[in-house]
Amino acid sequence: MTLPVTTLDNLIEIENLTFTRGERIIFNDISLSIPSGKVTAIMGPSGIGKTTLLRLIGGQIKPNSGKILFSGKNIPSLSRHDLYETRKRMSMLFQSGALFTDMNVYDNIAFPIREHTDLSENIIEKIVLMKLEAVGLRGARDLQPNELSGGMARRVALARAIALEPELILYDEPFAGQDPISMGVIVSLIRSLSDALGLTSIVVSHDVPEVMSIADYIYIIAEQKIIGHGTPDQIRQDESPLVKQFVQGKADGPVPFHYQAPSYQSELIQLSSEVHGRGKI
Amino acid sequence: MLPLQLLGRNTLALISGLGRAVILLLSALLHKPNPRKDIPLLLQQLYSVGVKSLIIIVVSGGFIGMVLALQGYTILVGYGAEASLGPMVALSLLRELGPVVSALLFAGRAGSALTAEIGLMKATEQLSSLEMMAVDPLRRVIAPRFWAGFISLPLLAAIFSMVGILGAHLVGVDWLGVDAGTFWSVMQDQVDFNKDILNGIIKSVVFAFVVTWIAIYKGYDCEPTSEGISRATTSTVVQSSLLVLALDFILTALMFAR
Repeated sequence: MTLPVTTLDNLIEIENLTFTRGERIIFNDISLSIPSGKVTAIMGPSGIGKTTLLRLIGGQIKPNSGKILFSGKNIPSLSRHDLYETRKRMSMLFQSGALFTDMNVYDNIAFPIREHTDLSENIIEKIVLMKLEAVGLRGARDLQPNELSGGMARRVALARAIALEPELILYDEPFAGQDPISMGVIVSLIRSLSDALGLTSIVVSHDVPEVMSIADYIYIIAEQKIIGHGTPDQIRQDESPLVKQFVQGKADGPVPFHYQAPSYQSELIQLSSEVHGRGKI
Repeated sequence: MLPLQLLGRNTLALISGLGRAVILLLSALLHKPNPRKDIPLLLQQLYSVGVKSLIIIVVSGGFIGMVLALQGYTILVGYGAEASLGPMVALSLLRELGPVVSALLFAGRAGSALTAEIGLMKATEQLSSLEMMAVDPLRRVIAPRFWAGFISLPLLAAIFSMVGILGAHLVGVDWLGVDAGTFWSVMQDQVDFNKDILNGIIKSVVFAFVVTWIAIYKGYDCEPTSEGISRATTSTVVQSSLLVLALDFILTALMFAR
């Protein structure tokens, strides 16, 4: 299955995006498209700006140049009012969960519904319980966020993210730090939300096996560029050394494992000669 | 770094910080009011910012009034002027100590809490997640906290002065034996509503504006790390205390200098 790069079926089109932070270039002229109703994964080593990309799509930060089209509207050039209107159609699962610490689990999930709809408490309760049931935490409705484990907090956050059934969900590292059972729940939830409700999902992650198992399409980002893209099968068979290194998880290869530094040997030699010099005095 | 470079850098940082603070305040306050949502949020903040500061204000006010009466009496009685104890205590509290000491206590009790709370909300991505839920954190988090502080402090200052006068009455009249009728009637005669009470209220309104503004700005603008939050909390207390004292001098000069 090959997805066409540009069609009208793409919910998001990113064109020639460049983003820098201070002197450091994070993205250099990247383009990608996110098809509607599919699970698209964005992978890459940590610190490569994957979360930044989600924030760019959510309009929390602005790129230096390039377009981010969300169903045809360019996010960076929207007015504050239009941006907030557009955000009602998307939601984001933060890595930390970002639950409101002054509310219990129930109120956290009810929050977006109360903010954006005029539904009666009776209906809100039904929706919240349905979402909690989906993540297996109906029994935790009265707990405070500080009483939840990290994995549970993420599942509550997921329930909150799908409370209003948005068109687009941005997942920031949904698998990081999950035990195998929670991981299974989240993996199947992401997949079934897309299959059953037709939600568009963007999953940012570096967990290769989980992403391979649920993504319809994968982009791999490294060194400010998209180094490879395709369906999981295409990625597995990709001959590019960059992609191979990432998928197989090797430290040696074109993507450096070490942060930029002078050579280890010369640094050690320099250190020992300094100690030697001091000893003489 | 050269001293001149340092001066330039700090000045630029100060000016850009001021700019950000003004933008924050304007964008938090200038939006279409929605009483159904805004009023419950404001009440909640009035409780945590104002009501929870009551104890420290009442206790401090009481003690300060008692000390004023004790010190005032020992000085005044030497001139046979202990009848002036009432106005002395009332004027010190209404004009100066009420607004200033309440503002200092408020900065320590409520200002620091506001900064730390907002800073931690930023660090734990709660503000970002509000934004992504299409709920403006300025409207939802910042505005109710600002209004709560702005409304609470003048009321707390009034309570402070009132409790202080009662404390002075306790020491001066009940303990040291100043005549109660004299204490109250000379006070009533000497205290002018416009000159003393109104000016005191104006002072505490100005302090309320400044202290709350600094507290919310420092929290919203802090570096979202534990060190950043601790620095922001400290600088809320230090900067608002210093500004309150400096502004008090300026306001006193404008109001009372002849």
